[in-house]
Amino acid sequence: MASSIRVRATSSGETTEVQALIQHPMDSGFVKDAKGEIIPAHFIQQLTFEYDGKNVFTADWGGGVSKDPYVKFAFKGGKKGDELKISWVDNKGATDTTTAKIQ
Amino acid sequence: MRPRSAIYLASAALALAALTLAGSLPSDAADKIDPVADAKAFRKFFTDKFPKVKLEDFVNGPYSMNEDLYRQWQEKEQFPPYEFSLEMGKEMFSKPFKNGKTYADCFPNGGIGVRQNYPYFDEKEGKVITLELALNRCREANGEAPYSYVRDEMAALTAYMAFTSRGKPMDIKIPNDPRALAAYENGKEYFYTRRGQLNFSCATCHVQSPGERIRAEILAPALGIVNAMPIYRSEWSGMGTTSRRFTTCNSQIRGVPFSPQDDEYRNVEYYLSYVSNGLPISGPGARP
Amino acid sequence: MRIKMLRSVLSLVLLAAGPTYATAAGSEDDFKAAYAAAEAANKEAGSLRNQWTTTAATLAAAKKAADAGDFDKATASAKEAEALAKASIFQATSEKTRWKDMEIR
Repeated sequence: MASSIRVRATSSGETTEVQALIQHPMDSGFVKDAKGEIIPAHFIQQLTFEYDGKNVFTADWGGGVSKDPYVKFAFKGGKKGDELKISWVDNKGATDTTTAKIQ
Repeated sequence: MRPRSAIYLASAALALAALTLAGSLPSDAADKIDPVADAKAFRKFFTDKFPKVKLEDFVNGPYSMNEDLYRQWQEKEQFPPYEFSLEMGKEMFSKPFKNGKTYADCFPNGGIGVRQNYPYFDEKEGKVITLELALNRCREANGEAPYSYVRDEMAALTAYMAFTSRGKPMDIKIPNDPRALAAYENGKEYFYTRRGQLNFSCATCHVQSPGERIRAEILAPALGIVNAMPIYRSEWSGMGTTSRRFTTCNSQIRGVPFSPQDDEYRNVEYYLSYVSNGLPISGPGARP
Repeated sequence: MRIKMLRSVLSLVLLAAGPTYATAAGSEDDFKAAYAAAEAANKEAGSLRNQWTTTAATLAAAKKAADAGDFDKATASAKEAEALAKASIFQATSEKTRWKDMEIR
């Protein structure tokens, strides 16, 4: 099955800019369905970006983040051709991970 | 005075006022339906109002009206929020029905690169056929249950078909048939008619106030407004169809919506698409 | 200019048609008559393809009050619903000619 994570990382020499789009329902646990029943909370709790063995970006999320979240950030360093590892864990214990080559 | 009589009196006074005002309007009996002239005037209205906007950029709706929004949108287009729905649409489009046939069997050119020809006027049936309607008819003709016009599946399918037509100019035809002209005119009337307790017409927002704000949103110009459909709206957290937009807009102005694909909706889509002929298909779009 | 005039007149009607209360204590019969009138007007608005969501909501509120036995409130709501329905009828009929004023030519 295709990864839930789309990522693009571009290095400008000094910094690397990263964009990611993650497919996830991000249900807050406060919304009711058509029958009037609460849709249970189901959201990513932690999202990490790892480069060269270190976390360059960590996001601790709650139900306030919208469905299919988009993230953009930059970090110092990162060379073309090197790998960036992205992983997330949600409140149900599900995970996904992917790696991308820095362009 | 009892309340009911007061209302009658007020209504009568209003009716009288309306009649005396209407009396000074030129007679419409001699007006011919002239879509070519309409489209020309429509385009001129918007290009005059926004001389700095390139003609083809009008299809980007609010982004053509506000630089900051435009910049943010361009950035997000590198990872468009509609990507997942588009993929789903592509998968759905190529998956055969239970009887082995596919959507490609129902459409010219296998359904690829044809979105800009919808809606069209079906002379046999004497009605306007939209893309959404054509898709459901395809399903029913092949023994499948129709999709809801306002949910994800129809949105994904039309998103994919729009994507295959990206960049192609809108190309709506009005045959020389009085029924087609009547449908076009009916769509035009719908567009300008005020409805709902808030007394808005489509034109109130999209002709009188493009580029201005309604609450926190920036209003799109009517020129090219259907070229971006279907749209992934952040407000909806998902892809939504033209039918969804028409019906929810009605309820937002406190008017009871019709059923999706009722004549008025088909006709207003026909009208709006025709007056946007020549502008590129930009769908599926992303909107706030 | 005409549109502005008409808009202010229309809003005057809506204001005038605001909550009104029966001069005598509301009875169930009063409510039934008011509700029937409101429903009939809303049905006519439906035939003109121009019902308002607030009409339906006010009708529902009227019914709810009646079910709870508060006929004063129920009758008032029903009369408000009728006013809303009548305004929507007026809107539909006047817009039949007025729409051309908005048209880009």
